[in-house]
Amino acid sequence: MDFLGRFSRNRGALIGAGLILVVALAAVLAPVFFPTDPLRIVGQPELWPGEDPDFPLGTDSLGRDILAMIVHGARATLLIGLFASAVATIIGVGVGAIAGFFGGWVDEIVMRAAELFQTIPNLIFVLTIVVILGSTLENIVIAIGIVSWTPIARMTRAEFLSLRDREFVQACRAMGMGNLRIILGEILPNALPPVIVLSSLVVAGAILFESAVSFLGLGDPNVASWGRLVGDGRQLIRSSWYICAIPGVAIMITVLCLNLIGDGLNDALNPKLRDR
Amino acid sequence: MKAVPLEVRGLRTTLFTRRGEMKAVDGLSLTVGAGETVALVGESGCGKSLSALSIMRLLPDPPARIVGGQVILNGRDLVPLPEAAMLDIRGREIGMIFQDPMSSLNPVATVEKQIAEVLVTHTALGRRQARARAHELLEQVGMPDAGRRLDAYPHQLSGGMCQRVVIAMAIACSPAVLIADEPTTALDVTVQAQVLTLLKSLQAEAGMAMIFITHDLGVVAETADRVVVMYAGRKVEEAAVDELFETPLHPYTVGLIGATPVPGGERAARLADIPGMVPPLNALPAGCAFAPRCKRAMERCRTEAPALTEPRPGRLVACFAAEQDAA
Repeated sequence: MDFLGRFSRNRGALIGAGLILVVALAAVLAPVFFPTDPLRIVGQPELWPGEDPDFPLGTDSLGRDILAMIVHGARATLLIGLFASAVATIIGVGVGAIAGFFGGWVDEIVMRAAELFQTIPNLIFVLTIVVILGSTLENIVIAIGIVSWTPIARMTRAEFLSLRDREFVQACRAMGMGNLRIILGEILPNALPPVIVLSSLVVAGAILFESAVSFLGLGDPNVASWGRLVGDGRQLIRSSWYICAIPGVAIMITVLCLNLIGDGLNDALNPKLRDR
Repeated sequence: MKAVPLEVRGLRTTLFTRRGEMKAVDGLSLTVGAGETVALVGESGCGKSLSALSIMRLLPDPPARIVGGQVILNGRDLVPLPEAAMLDIRGREIGMIFQDPMSSLNPVATVEKQIAEVLVTHTALGRRQARARAHELLEQVGMPDAGRRLDAYPHQLSGGMCQRVVIAMAIACSPAVLIADEPTTALDVTVQAQVLTLLKSLQAEAGMAMIFITHDLGVVAETADRVVVMYAGRKVEEAAVDELFETPLHPYTVGLIGATPVPGGERAARLADIPGMVPPLNALPAGCAFAPRCKRAMERCRTEAPALTEPRPGRLVACFAAEQDAA
């Protein structure tokens, strides 16, 4: 209740959450609106938006319905974003918790490894992994997760470092709790709020990564994600620019909304900003 | 003879730091009988809390490590035990209360969850039974409106109520020994008195042995049966509480008592303070650690450290001047 109240005080976050809800609904209800395969050729190629009332957003170079592809693409795009963020969060929280809690040489080794990941340019790293593992949806999700976990690990580590010496942790030790219980049951719930904010931003980043990968033609050929639609339209960008622009706008709005939600979560979860 | 729940023999804890080894606890011995309260008294930095953490085997390692001595709890030496065995002992056989009740509780967990956590760790109680037991415990520690407080978060409680929760957690498994590390320092004076009364009555009910760490001699007079005075990691005097206040033997004890304000005493008179500070542990003087601050320091005190002597049974002091007085 408290949390919802603080979240909804941020108007941008509310608008973001509302629009994301629309996108999510579109993703869920895609088979209801467009029961046939969105990649099927249904009309004349390169119809501009509004030219034919059957295809409100026009058709692409092969004569496929752009609206159908956008609605179905929302599915792939959101799923990739969520799962990639989940992968990054699981790796990041696990690694960060271990490093921050145990400190010393464990911390030293783990954080140097994290730095190794950070030195490789993210996009090139993703492309490399996708090329090596193959262009499937799962591999792209894993690749994005692998390049996105380091900030989450750093954040978690910092939280654990500041929490592990607090008196209540000492009190838990005096009560006979083991390390695992203290990490999972006592420190993690305290460390989670900033991590949740960061994870929500990683979703946005993951969508952009996937778009970039698909734009470069390395996406899963069986999935019509928004990035792939932009990529498919790029040869015609000088004549029929809307083929690129429409999915591009969809990506932009979704990522913007996710960032607004992240801000709202930060306001709602950050104790230092409360009561402002 | 009564059973002795806790006996510490020659405990030595050393801090291994870059600036050298520091003897934070140097040969501490004490026994606490069932139902007895032993106060551990001294200035900040004299090794009181580290002694308590050594007994609990909760030292931050590195830099601190127990290098010698025995901690015998219910007939078993804790020092050589593996950590896994300590997990089972902490909270079940020996409990500890920390200084600041507000920060001793997990800010994101309810009172019930925190008490139940202890019960589930050490007993076979299920979640629902644990809740019922948590309710009982809260009533036992005199929490007003206990049923409603079960679902409260620590920030919704006052300092005194938090300390009651902490005490409830510490006694949840009826430990034989309870270590209270300045349990009243962070509380208001009126609440202090309530908490002290509560601790005394809980102790009387269960026959717990209690180690009470404090620098407040007023609290000592109220709660303790025996007092151990520590200075720079060593025990310098031990006595029954009345005896200590009537005839303090060690000049340091004399100084501590002199530095305590007396209600109704002459207001204009300045409190007698002890000049100087506890010496840093890596720069202890060659002789008696207290000699540089001692009014009665003799030539011998600066070169030779006095050993503990027992002028009367149960009365211990480590001071050359006190030996002279006795002779």
